[in-house]
Amino acid sequence: MSILGARLGVDIGGTFTDVVLQRDGKRFSTKVLTTYAAPEDAIIEGMHRVCSKAGVQVSSIAQIIHGTTLATNALIERRGAKTALITTEGFRDVIEMRTESRFEQYDLNMTLPQPLLPRNRRYTVRERMDARGQVLIPLDRTEVETLADELREAGYESVAIGLLHSYVNDAHERMIHDVLAERLPGVMISLSSEVSPQMREYERFNTTIANSYIKPLMKSYLVRLKGRLEAEGASCPIFLMHSGGGIISLESASEFPVRLVESGPAGGAVFAAHIAAQHGLAKVLSFDMGGTTAKICLIKNYTPKTARVFEVARTYRFKKGSGMPISIPVIDMVEIGAGGGSLAHVDSMKQIRVGPESAGSEPGPACYGRGGKRPAVTDADVVLGKIDPDNFAAGTIKLFADESAAALKAEIGGKLGMGSEESAWGVAEVVDENMANAARVHAVENGEDLSGYTMIAFGGAAPLHAGRLCEKLGIERCLVPPGAGVGSAIGFLRAPFSFEANRTLFMRLSRFDTQRVTRLFDEMELEATRAVRSCGWSGEILTDYKVYMRYAGQGWEIPVMLTSEEARSADPSVILQRFEHEYVNLFGRTVRGPEAEITVWSVNAQTPATSVAPVEALSVTRPVATRTARSFFDAGLGKRVEASAHDRDALPAGSEVSGPSIITEDETTIILPSSRLAVTLNDGCIDIRLQQAPKASHAANAKEAAHV
Amino acid sequence: MSEISKVAYQVMWNRLISVVEEQAQALIRTSFSTSVREAGDLSAGVYNEKGLMLAQAVTGTPGHVNAMADAVAHFIRRIGRDNICEGDVYITNNPWEGTGHLHDITIVSPSFHQKKLVGFFACTAHVVDVGGRGFGADANSVYEEGLHIPIMKFVDRGTVNDTLEMIIRGNVREPDQLVGDIYALATCNEIGHRRLIDMMVEFKLADLAGISDFILTNSRQATLDKIAALPRAQAEGHMRIDGYSRPIDLCVKITIEEDGVLCDWAGTTGVDKNGINVPLVYTKAYTCYALKCAIAPEIPNNAASLEPFRITAPEHTIVNAVWPAPVALRHIIGHMVPDTIYDALDKILPGVAPAEGAGSLCNFQVSLRPRNDAAVPADAVRAEVLTFNSGGSGARPTLDGMNATAFPSGVMTMPVEATEQVGPVIVWRKELRPDSGGNGRQRGGLGQHMEVGAWEGYEFDMQAMFDRVHHPARGRRGGGAGAPTTIVLDDGTAMKGKGKQFVPHGRKVIMAFPGGAGYGAPGERRMESVERDLALGYITAEIAASEYGLSKERVAEVQAIARRGELPR
Repeated sequence: MSILGARLGVDIGGTFTDVVLQRDGKRFSTKVLTTYAAPEDAIIEGMHRVCSKAGVQVSSIAQIIHGTTLATNALIERRGAKTALITTEGFRDVIEMRTESRFEQYDLNMTLPQPLLPRNRRYTVRERMDARGQVLIPLDRTEVETLADELREAGYESVAIGLLHSYVNDAHERMIHDVLAERLPGVMISLSSEVSPQMREYERFNTTIANSYIKPLMKSYLVRLKGRLEAEGASCPIFLMHSGGGIISLESASEFPVRLVESGPAGGAVFAAHIAAQHGLAKVLSFDMGGTTAKICLIKNYTPKTARVFEVARTYRFKKGSGMPISIPVIDMVEIGAGGGSLAHVDSMKQIRVGPESAGSEPGPACYGRGGKRPAVTDADVVLGKIDPDNFAAGTIKLFADESAAALKAEIGGKLGMGSEESAWGVAEVVDENMANAARVHAVENGEDLSGYTMIAFGGAAPLHAGRLCEKLGIERCLVPPGAGVGSAIGFLRAPFSFEANRTLFMRLSRFDTQRVTRLFDEMELEATRAVRSCGWSGEILTDYKVYMRYAGQGWEIPVMLTSEEARSADPSVILQRFEHEYVNLFGRTVRGPEAEITVWSVNAQTPATSVAPVEALSVTRPVATRTARSFFDAGLGKRVEASAHDRDALPAGSEVSGPSIITEDETTIILPSSRLAVTLNDGCIDIRLQQAPKASHAANAKEAAHV
Repeated sequence: MSEISKVAYQVMWNRLISVVEEQAQALIRTSFSTSVREAGDLSAGVYNEKGLMLAQAVTGTPGHVNAMADAVAHFIRRIGRDNICEGDVYITNNPWEGTGHLHDITIVSPSFHQKKLVGFFACTAHVVDVGGRGFGADANSVYEEGLHIPIMKFVDRGTVNDTLEMIIRGNVREPDQLVGDIYALATCNEIGHRRLIDMMVEFKLADLAGISDFILTNSRQATLDKIAALPRAQAEGHMRIDGYSRPIDLCVKITIEEDGVLCDWAGTTGVDKNGINVPLVYTKAYTCYALKCAIAPEIPNNAASLEPFRITAPEHTIVNAVWPAPVALRHIIGHMVPDTIYDALDKILPGVAPAEGAGSLCNFQVSLRPRNDAAVPADAVRAEVLTFNSGGSGARPTLDGMNATAFPSGVMTMPVEATEQVGPVIVWRKELRPDSGGNGRQRGGLGQHMEVGAWEGYEFDMQAMFDRVHHPARGRRGGGAGAPTTIVLDDGTAMKGKGKQFVPHGRKVIMAFPGGAGYGAPGERRMESVERDLALGYITAEIAASEYGLSKERVAEVQAIARRGELPR
């Protein structure tokens, strides 16, 4: 998109609201504490701050792109509206019965997450469609009218409608909608056939309920925000970042607020994707590590990987299954409980465990000296010399290294017969191993080998751990971009207008119905492009086609990308070829016998990527003379090493620093292990590379040996 | 290898657990059986070169816990150490040397590093069909239950055994799916192997001796420490359940010794003539699982952490059936093992064990076909649909039981919309069953209602696999019993809890699955909880009044509040 004038990116996070103003290729950013009672207050303050930094008038802001955790938090904290569900008779408890399984196998006292709506807010009507969309029991309008009166009396603000098989035939959902619209004016209504028209009732119903539940809150917030901004002189259009990594209009966001869930982290992935494009990196692993969690995402050909379902509000140690499923297009990220504040302990097997419990900001890690007695990852980083206790956060926070050492000694060393340094090494290795394992599993699940990947590291704790993570994963190159502290907000400014439409329709390739497919694609393309046009875009729109396929009989679909021509010519033999190619890539071989089938169809419409200006290559690099010397513990070598120390600001483009080295900036510290060297690129990125080319060609042998 | 640091061992153990989880994920994504991909009925593990299990993925089924730990030793013995070569893949579905019935295929692959055998990977999956009479309790010997594959090479030094593949294809109902699953199992071992070798290269290991020793020593010690903290005591447990055609008594005696927990199943009813018998390996799995949940939940499963739990049963009891007893539905009895163990354990460790729950999964399979008393429609189809469903779990000492949630099995149910995509089946109802949780200070988890029929023009056989029809879950310490299983046709015709039964065109099967039992006397339940249960419809007004003494006026008030979409207080 090319928009003239200044653009503002705003990310409301759990602790800080990040605001970034961009004008004429220059960026100005600020962090303001999030104001929970009225989140728009922090935005207004941040906007004024960056405007005065940049010397521009608020009125000259041409566009505001906004992402927020408010939707996610409302779900986690259960602060939504009084919402009812109307569903098919016999299926009142779908969201409460979930998958009927336990997510923790060995805990006799496990508790299940509470459903978003208690049982007495879930109503049923007599009606039924079959799997082919044929009516088994017709819906009686008078029954719906009676129910509408009951709902009015109970005073619901929002109603979700989720009927069985409505993804094939939405007639009954529409009929209920019409009755409610007539009888309950002012009440917000969400249809499962609109919010998430995909098979699997638990996921679809829960997503629709989540949408209804947060809709009044989000809608009123967005209306208020628009008014406040106008009052402050910013009457430009406002757009919202969605979980799929694109932006949508304020109106679409108000209608489908569930699509705003996880929009902040999505911005981070878009930020990394943009850096990847500027540097021509086709395969990137983005690594975002903060205070409590680390997020990992695969980015191929400058596009973050996406998924159709994800889980929010996990209630039990980030465990899969302990949250609730939301089926919307989303950037596929792995989130694990590993951050600077993650606490370490020794379990009954004498194994060091790290996270997901976090020290938070109060009392914080032991080194904060605020009474924290349990060692956190930050304490290990202090003892290992990776963080300078006298110069943390540009010297604004004084750290107490002896508190770190004492906590490590007490909780780890004392139990394992290790000194505090060895204990710290153990803690750092375990947390790095946890993150490496998560990245490996994620790569394998997507049929990728990480050895050809480049890492892009951002977030406060990532540069401290990125070097070691690269060693563990056999990744040869890592970029640490500037401005990484407000990466998500910068990402918002890079995101295209986009909207993905999805449908479930089972079709075996042997019974491929070209006409039906063409009709389906037309309908979805219209839906997706209409959403993009609603942002006021009149230029070119690109469409991506994707089908999810499997062998009939399997339960796991794999995404198969189709070009516009492939999708539009709708030739089953071409589709089969593409599927088999992807299947071999993921699982090694095709399967003889069973037929291939398509289950889910997807069309994504988006505005073309801004032409990315490639970063100019360096003509020369100059080794930088060592200034001050420090030492840190190099985990890969298993010993303490003497390292050079540098300020990032004092490393202009072309500077080359050889590991072991420590590069400090205000918000974080980059640790360069002995195995790596770093070069400052023309855009300010620190480019971390392997010291010398690996000798062996076999990927496994290319991984460095660890502490032997 | 003495230079390897303590920290390196910490990392490697962590890594091996991640490797088996990854192995299991790969299987879930490539297998064809609904039981694996939807329900999570699978296992994966890594072993050292002696065949000792070092790590096992935590999956939906505890039934494979010990079975997997024992399996590789059988493979080494049968194949012969000298005959184990790089590129081999071994197979079996032997119930006694695998995981308890012919429907579980176990695949073992040796791992070679630098031409030397360093370990093994094993995995197991519950497949759709292995021929014979099909999945059900009706067989009178294992010979009728399907094709038996003794331990043998499926791949010999890289070459697939085509003869075996042809025999398999010729003997099962869904050959593509079964063979597809066998390849999926082999692939998942291969993925584990590659990750193991990566790790060995990274840490410059020539063998797994050092890391095995580290894992096994620490696990054994941790388990022994947990056991040492228990009182030295002995107690007996007993539970009577439906069985197939006669009730079954499960009897166990637990003895806590200094270096182990002994469980002996003497006194248990003898083998049944139908396929609900249990090979000892499966009894061991659920016994061990129940004990570990109560005593050492956080210690991962491996050869050393399982060893201190020593389980015995006299041969020819239903929990130690020997060849050729029929064993297809061994899970029905197996899933009842933990509640029996807890009956005994509660006497040694009060305040830990839950009340009895639904126990076995409420599974059924329907075989649909066009009605035979009218013209067959042109595009008629046939289909086999297996569903997994759960009753309520037992109330815990301080918590209510879980509604419609499996215990001890951890498998998942399938979405109704997905089930109905498989064939001409219609699930008319699947929702919670009010008043089915046993009353008590802590209420038992609710069971569920299910109603199943077929499309217009179809009839079907219902293969029922239910227990607790005549023997509902018993309460603990004054808690009430859970509701029993019921099954009947919609015209009132009675049906049995187990076995294949015909359902004519136009009829539906009406089922209600059991609730978990209560814990503590109902009179001790907090009134807020009673009122909440009433408002949510977990209990009816009658139970609120008769069992918990809620006044008529308050019942009316609570119901009025609930109708406004609110909860009391």
